[in-house]
Amino acid sequence: MDLKLEHHTTDGIEVVDVEGEIDVYTAPRLRELLIDLVNNGHYQLVVNMEKVEFLDSTGLGVLVGGLKRVRAHDGSLDLVCTQERILKIFRITGLTKVFGIHDSVDEAIAARKSEK
Amino acid sequence: MATVEMTFTPLPAHVRTARLVATAVARRSGVAEALLDEVRLAVGEACSRAVEVHQEHCPAEPVRVALTGAEKRFEVVVTNTGANDDGMEWSAISDPGPDGQGLPTALPGELGLAVIAGLADDVQVSRTGDGLSIRMSWPSGAADAVR
Repeated sequence: MDLKLEHHTTDGIEVVDVEGEIDVYTAPRLRELLIDLVNNGHYQLVVNMEKVEFLDSTGLGVLVGGLKRVRAHDGSLDLVCTQERILKIFRITGLTKVFGIHDSVDEAIAARKSEK
Repeated sequence: MATVEMTFTPLPAHVRTARLVATAVARRSGVAEALLDEVRLAVGEACSRAVEVHQEHCPAEPVRVALTGAEKRFEVVVTNTGANDDGMEWSAISDPGPDGQGLPTALPGELGLAVIAGLADDVQVSRTGDGLSIRMSWPSGAADAVR
């Protein structure tokens, strides 16, 4: 399955809904979207990965790149993911310590709001 | 002889095809359903890495993948050609230390090898001519596996 990307603003936080496969072929599209959002002043991001069917290291690299960009503006990039097969990749690479990973978009937004 | 051999033009779009074929052959070879996701991801990582090397050094040369469903192991060998691919990142994958912001400094290629090392039951990296082979295997062994 190809990659579908949508985004909307909730409570001042930009939520990116990702659906499909994030791999070496599709990851550049996610990278472009994250760069566009940051360039347009969105520094509080939540990437909803609940409908992601496949994620490889190229996708991980894009997410880390996005995190670096928002942190340069004192921003944040949180993830929503409950799928064990996706979470496993974050654990293997040690990235569970780097990203805030939440069970729902509402939880991610609430966690971010509580830190403000 | 491998159960299935394939070569593909080193383009990112074909990595998905390689993943799908590898997963299908693994299933037919008797690899447990619970391990198929690991096969899919590890083969994808190895092929992505090979595509990257080929695009830099030899874009006209195909990437080679051999899938073998033996009696007790399902084995995948992804072979790339390309000068200067010494696989040095293989020895540096274990600890992608944080940078000043607490973010990992590993490049995606290094992350890829870290993922392979974490997923495959057995991994060997070896030089083959001017390239590199990544050999991975998982337990299989269904009595009715198609070879």
